[in-house]
Amino acid sequence: MVSNAAAALIASRRRARAGLREAAYALALLGPSIALFATFVFFPLGRTFYLGFFRSDPFGLHSTYVGFDQYLDLLRSAKFHRSLTTTGLFALYTVPTGLALGLGLALLAHQKLRGMVVFRTIFSSTVATSVAVASVMWLTLLNPSIGVINYGLKESGIEPVNWLNDPTWALPAVSLTTIWLNLGFTFIVVLAGLQTIPEELHESAQIDGAGSISRFFNVTLPMLSPTLLFAVVVLTINAFQSFGQIDILTQGGPLDRTNVIVYSIYTEGFRNFNDGIAAGQGVVLFLIVLVLTLIQFRFLEKRVFYGS
Amino acid sequence: MAARARAGSRRGRRFRRIAGEAAQYAALTIAAIVILTPIYITVAYSLQPVEEILTYPPNLIVTDPQWDTYKRAFETGSLGRYLVNSIIVSSAITAGQVATSVLAAYAFAFLRFRGRNFLFIVFLSTLMVPWEVTVIPNYQTVSAFGWLDSYQGLIVPFLATAFGTFLLRQAFMTVPRDLRDAAAIDGYGHFGFMLQVVVPLSRAAIGALAVFSFLMAWNQYLWPLLITNDDNYRTVQIGLKSLVSSRIDEFNLIMAGTVIAAAPILALLVLFQKQLIRGLTSGAIKG
Repeated sequence: MVSNAAAALIASRRRARAGLREAAYALALLGPSIALFATFVFFPLGRTFYLGFFRSDPFGLHSTYVGFDQYLDLLRSAKFHRSLTTTGLFALYTVPTGLALGLGLALLAHQKLRGMVVFRTIFSSTVATSVAVASVMWLTLLNPSIGVINYGLKESGIEPVNWLNDPTWALPAVSLTTIWLNLGFTFIVVLAGLQTIPEELHESAQIDGAGSISRFFNVTLPMLSPTLLFAVVVLTINAFQSFGQIDILTQGGPLDRTNVIVYSIYTEGFRNFNDGIAAGQGVVLFLIVLVLTLIQFRFLEKRVFYGS
Repeated sequence: MAARARAGSRRGRRFRRIAGEAAQYAALTIAAIVILTPIYITVAYSLQPVEEILTYPPNLIVTDPQWDTYKRAFETGSLGRYLVNSIIVSSAITAGQVATSVLAAYAFAFLRFRGRNFLFIVFLSTLMVPWEVTVIPNYQTVSAFGWLDSYQGLIVPFLATAFGTFLLRQAFMTVPRDLRDAAAIDGYGHFGFMLQVVVPLSRAAIGALAVFSFLMAWNQYLWPLLITNDDNYRTVQIGLKSLVSSRIDEFNLIMAGTVIAAAPILALLVLFQKQLIRGLTSGAIKG
């Protein structure tokens, strides 16, 4: 009896010691990542909220505590509203069109044909194109004097457009660049989704007499919905984080028509040295991305077919 | 009669199949041309003299390629230096992300400790914080460290990745637990087991992470724009931007710079397409 209890005690101590050793080991392995996340993600996230409480003077030299006033001013500011609207429009211009084009390309490339590898590589190619490279390419294509787009318009009898300097057309032009830039990613993701749909589903639908259009809407689309959801979330968040194409193509202009939220953060924080306002806008961006992710998952979850 | 009709319908079906394939090839080719046009024009302009680019109607066929535009881009545009910087920074970020992810993923997949689930959620929550949100305080931090215009400033903030940890944890969980017991009997500690067994078995996932990390690092724009003013540390993306603003009339030089900035990563896509696709889609498809 006594020896049994002693043995149990020794065993449990040994287990506890082993557990402690394992925990120490885990801490050592996780340490580098934890330290980096603490320094470059969590600390700055907290500090962004904190900086939003301080108002900087016009030279960026002194700042005074103003509490929530700056956040309230920001929410009332017409300029910031315009920036939010611009960002929303930019997402609206880029996400549905980009997704539809990516889906179209993936359906085209999801066939057993000779030489398909070549087409797939071409369709994926823009995934390797950086935002700077894509923007400089389109800067040339959209150029009013040497650009082929205006040449095409002129040849088809349409009045050419000064794309990047025209307040009406600047945002659509930036959107066009972005759609092209994202096409490779959307294509790769949707094609991979198509490839996970079991062949038998199509076959049995065909035996049941379903035509190709009916099969697309009743088999392909429901089975593809988790993939499309993922693509929509990523593309929308990307749209809200866009900066490079704006910086190279329009610098937020003309008349602030392309002044999306990240460009506005950049201008306030690094041109006007107005850290407080820039941080406040950062907080708003953070909340938008957070809510967007949650809402999209909730809202689309019901219609998404996740399989058995 | 019946046989002839059958042969006829077989021929009809075959004709329809060939016509269908031809239509598919036509659609594929048109899509490919549309997607490649911007890239083709970039290459064509990079090889034409400026006067030819400025002619109207535009001439998109290169008759006399001017290769020394590329030489000029390297010499006068400092593109060589920018390229070297991009290679150093992207390689270091890739190596660092693979290392921190292997370590963290091993802890999450093989070790039992209190707070494991909580820490895993903390890791995943970093994915909800866009870099653009924290850019002001991060600039202040890096500036306080004296890391503006330095490789450390470009590299260190990106050395940990929740995405990579998540990707590798998924892969590590498929390593049979029996192997851990067998390795323990053979006298392997955790570290030996990780390096000798788990890492080699997870080569595919690690490869996917490496290619993905390199691509993301190479294409970074906002951060290197903010923290580098010195040509000695500028990456090729930012170099391209300064080429555009300083040589606005030399379209051929700008286009050559664009090709130089894009070429290494396009080569990477062709060489490591499988790994890249796995990296990009691992968020979308379970398992």
